[in-house]
Amino acid sequence: MSQSLDDMYREIILDHFRSPRGKKPLEHSNIESDGMNPSCGDEISLQVEMDKGVLKDVHVNCRGCAISVASGSMLAETVKGKSFEEVEKLAETVRKMLKGESSEIPDEFGDLDALKGVRQFPVRVKCALLAWVTLVEGMRKYRNGDSGKAVISTEDPEVTG
Amino acid sequence: MARRMSADGYGKIISIVGKPMGLDVERIKADFPILIEPINGHRLVYLDSAATSQKPRVVINAILDYYRKSNANIHRGLHALAERATESYEKTRRHVAQFVGGVDPHEIIFTRGATESINLVAYTWGETNIGEGDEIVITEMEHHANLVPWVILAQRKKAILKRIPITVCGHIDLSSIEDIITSRTKLVALSHMSNVLGTISPLAEIIAVAKRHGAVVLADGAQAAPHMPVNLTTLGVDFYAFSSHKMLGPTGVGVLWGRRALLEAMPPFNFGCEMNREVRYDRITWNDLPHKFEAGTPNIADVVAFDAALTYLEDLGMENVRAHEMELTKYAIEQLSAIPGIEIQGPQEPEQRGGAISFTDPNIHPHDISTFLDSKGIAIRAGHHCAQPLVRTLGKVATARASLYIYNDQGDIDALCDALIEMRKYFGV
Ligand SMILES: Cc1ncc(COP(=O)(O)O)c(C=O)c1O
Repeated sequence: MSQSLDDMYREIILDHFRSPRGKKPLEHSNIESDGMNPSCGDEISLQVEMDKGVLKDVHVNCRGCAISVASGSMLAETVKGKSFEEVEKLAETVRKMLKGESSEIPDEFGDLDALKGVRQFPVRVKCALLAWVTLVEGMRKYRNGDSGKAVISTEDPEVTG
Repeated sequence: MARRMSADGYGKIISIVGKPMGLDVERIKADFPILIEPINGHRLVYLDSAATSQKPRVVINAILDYYRKSNANIHRGLHALAERATESYEKTRRHVAQFVGGVDPHEIIFTRGATESINLVAYTWGETNIGEGDEIVITEMEHHANLVPWVILAQRKKAILKRIPITVCGHIDLSSIEDIITSRTKLVALSHMSNVLGTISPLAEIIAVAKRHGAVVLADGAQAAPHMPVNLTTLGVDFYAFSSHKMLGPTGVGVLWGRRALLEAMPPFNFGCEMNREVRYDRITWNDLPHKFEAGTPNIADVVAFDAALTYLEDLGMENVRAHEMELTKYAIEQLSAIPGIEIQGPQEPEQRGGAISFTDPNIHPHDISTFLDSKGIAIRAGHHCAQPLVRTLGKVATARASLYIYNDQGDIDALCDALIEMRKYFGV
């Protein structure tokens, strides 16, 4: 098998893809946020339960490629107990890692480190970012008391930076 | 028996009148230099001809030859090279006219591609013939090239855009055609062959209804012209659009054919040199067909090289091309259907479809399919294929598409199927 293919589809990624975390719909959620990349056809819906300023639980429903599903699953695994600012910071670190702007991967990243290989496939970066951008957008709106629901896309260069 | 010289000088017995002959694919492959280009360490298996075809050596050489020996601007100079370039360019026009059944070469307009051909009609014929409340009828299986121009025209003119649906099997659903095409219908614009489903439209039935209501019919032949015999003298459409690059020719060349009376009544598309006869500050007279629609310096070299592509296809015989693809499509559908999970979109009957075969796997996204196959040197396309509304109608977010041409054989299909089986193991589904 070619080297770069295995770089992108690492075993950890395939594991998240086969059994995504955060599959269970939430009973009490205060945030719903959708992301969609029309050109790929990837769609993601997030439900978030916030409690005292921290993210208590998240449900990720992603219809997309292995990378977007795995990234959403890793998100579900890493964001619990974090405040908006912490989630935003983590999403920014993921973005920088995927864009090759930073190669420093903090230990707390855990499985997320496996997304590094996506860098070699620039067209797939937007797939790995979709869940993160969708979550940050939903949380930002919630914090700002904005109840409008717009679908966000990482095919928009203004979104992915 | 027709015996002709192939364009690259080999003598080939290519067809026995009335009975299609199998193509000598091994020999054809050797005419396409790119096919020996290793991709990710593998032999290239090119299954993306619906996006663009590869080019035979004769076409590549024709581009070089043109720049080496004939380059000049056309219709303008009085020197020998200008005459040579003009003659080569006009020779292709006559050849195209012949290729599509022997129409009048004045009715052949060169554009940048099928997309521009359709836009030309939308902005000239459409601008003057579509008004408020008029109906434009398309189908549910249109490429964006034959969809967006009509959506925009309908918005601009407050006209009504209607759709002929497709059945669950991917055929055009004719059951309510009499309700869809009415006396208010001014235009029926539809794909001759779908780039996603492969479906061949029942043009005769649709044209019959359209004509009864006096509607003009435009067929998007981008997928049909490269893969089957097309005779515009009998087809019954009024406009026909296609692209050189999907039929062995260079990119940047398209064709619009239109009935002379329609073309003559249409205003020009672009304005500049070549499209007019006399220019004064207060009065300009338009040039004759086809020049009225070819403002500015066209893509001369690629038009000239397109001639070699047409010759190559004629040497094979379009009936033989069609027969080869029908046979290979049948084989591909059988083989793909035998792989657990793989679901084929579109008609299953090879007689009613071309060789663009869309498929999906319930657990693997088409982009993952495509990335995996690419690692094996297999080029397919994945996504919405510039037909987002159609893919949505199919209930999919995207599909994978393998598309066939004259240089593909069963070995290519076997490589695809083997790789798909390996892929399902790889992703563990
Ligand atoms: C059915 C169909 N129509 C129109 C087009 C547009 O052709 P082009 O991109 O060459 O203008 C294509 C090709 O992508 C096609 O498949």
